[in-house]
Amino acid sequence: VSLTVFPLLFGLIIAFSDWNLSSVQGRTFNGIDNLVQMWGDPFYWNALLNMVWYTIAILVEYAIAFGLALMLNAQIRARKFFRVAFLLPLMLSPVAVSWMIGKSMLEPRFGPVARALRGLGVEEVSFFGSPWVAKATIMLLDAWTFIPFMMIMLLAGLQAIPKELTEAARVDGARGWRAFWEVTFPLMLPVSITAILIRIIFKLKLADIVITLTAGGPGGATDTVTSFIFREYRDRSNVGYGTLLAMVYLVLIVVFMTLLMKLAARYTAPRT
Amino acid sequence: MTQIFHDSDEDRRHRARWWTSRIAIYGALVLWAVICLFPIYWTITTAFKLAPDVMQGRLVPFVDFTPKWKGFEALGLSPSTIGTESTPRAEFLKRFFNSAVISVSASALAVALGSLAAYGLSRFTYRFGWMKNDDISFFFLSQLILPPVVLALPFLVLYKELALLDSRIGLILLYALTVLPIVIWIMKDQFASIPTELEEAAQVDGLSVWGAFLTIILPIALPGMVAAFILSLVLTWNEYFFAALLTSTHANTLPVMVASQTGSQGIAWWSMAALSFAAILPLIVVGVLLERYIIKGMAAGAVK
Repeated sequence: VSLTVFPLLFGLIIAFSDWNLSSVQGRTFNGIDNLVQMWGDPFYWNALLNMVWYTIAILVEYAIAFGLALMLNAQIRARKFFRVAFLLPLMLSPVAVSWMIGKSMLEPRFGPVARALRGLGVEEVSFFGSPWVAKATIMLLDAWTFIPFMMIMLLAGLQAIPKELTEAARVDGARGWRAFWEVTFPLMLPVSITAILIRIIFKLKLADIVITLTAGGPGGATDTVTSFIFREYRDRSNVGYGTLLAMVYLVLIVVFMTLLMKLAARYTAPRT
Repeated sequence: MTQIFHDSDEDRRHRARWWTSRIAIYGALVLWAVICLFPIYWTITTAFKLAPDVMQGRLVPFVDFTPKWKGFEALGLSPSTIGTESTPRAEFLKRFFNSAVISVSASALAVALGSLAAYGLSRFTYRFGWMKNDDISFFFLSQLILPPVVLALPFLVLYKELALLDSRIGLILLYALTVLPIVIWIMKDQFASIPTELEEAAQVDGLSVWGAFLTIILPIALPGMVAAFILSLVLTWNEYFFAALLTSTHANTLPVMVASQTGSQGIAWWSMAALSFAAILPLIVVGVLLERYIIKGMAAGAVK
């Protein structure tokens, strides 16, 4: 416990100091100067805005994960094979993934994806050239890694639904889509919300693939808060300012998550 | 001979629908399996390619191109170089060894501490100031939200003071700390599923609290501990952020090595592929062999 509380307090002190590791005078207290600097830093705001986009992308991931979980829960052969195959992306190191997919498969000249796209008639292939395409690519990569995570949680939820309920619905004449929307989906709501909340927590920490693939580019389009601060530390040694940004981010996250959990509690409360 | 039973039109339509839905499901499943597995396949095969194979996009080994050990040669791990002295190999093995030591010991530490904490929280009542059991466990869980950036710098300074910077111990402690919430979460769920009567019976038979915990409860909770251990292993093996900030030459882990080579290798795909392959291989093995436990561990929190 003290291991987390102490660094937080210490970080608070650093956050309000002007401290650049490469400067000679060391740490000096400079009050709210860092806050003022943050206010006028377009890149930080841009990174925050990116986080909003990245978070929204979770809804798409959720839809795909739900579909996969439903299929895995259906009567299929080779279920074990599919389950292992679907799980594997989660096991791989994001840094290795960013090379495997980001640098080699998506390479614009020789990568297999670019080749396939050229075969389909798309001439100008570039995955990190324009801001929105780059953002979408990062989202896809991250989705690739984390869809299995949501899928497994949803699958566990599906398996916990008592068989009698779905059978009763069938007897009552609910089939296909109607059975799904009126029976399965409401029952899955609590699990879904838990899965999405946890996924958001992970998403807010997204950094590895951005650091290794784009370093935030082009023009900050793919930057996450974490990767931005990482560069502030490592490349610019701007310790005081970076820490303030991290603290502000922490406050924002705590506020956001608290609101979200309050909202979620309304839907996950046991209905009897 | 005349046919006695006919499929009515109604049945036939039904069966056609059944078939199309089957085909759609398997089609989607196979498609997604390809999406999941192709990058892995691509990396493994690329590790055995030469420059022309890469540039012409050859896919299938032995048919399209002849596998070569070039990629592993760069790491000093190919059959022709395995006997000779090699700096890249020493470097690689050091990183690999660092990663293995750090992730295994951090996970073991986290599981040991986390199990004790979770057991305490699920069996005894505590008061810590205004905090009761539920508040304490929520406090632990809430640390999941803490983004690593917030901890990074304070730890950088703290470790500098304690001379833990760029040391394995430092990373082990930090990693154990970061996975602890998840371990506690899984283990609490696990202990909650074990009836308290078991320990009561054991204590009636003359065992102490610790004795009951060690001899009766732990063996039952073992699957949960394995699940927690594997999840921690996955997370710590793959961790990049802290490793990149807090280590330089001595305690570097494999992901840091992969990341630092990503930019510099250019089109030398074969060696990058070999390196990535080595970095993901242990976890692929773990994933295939112990998939059951991983799913169990992640499902633990979901259904509540």
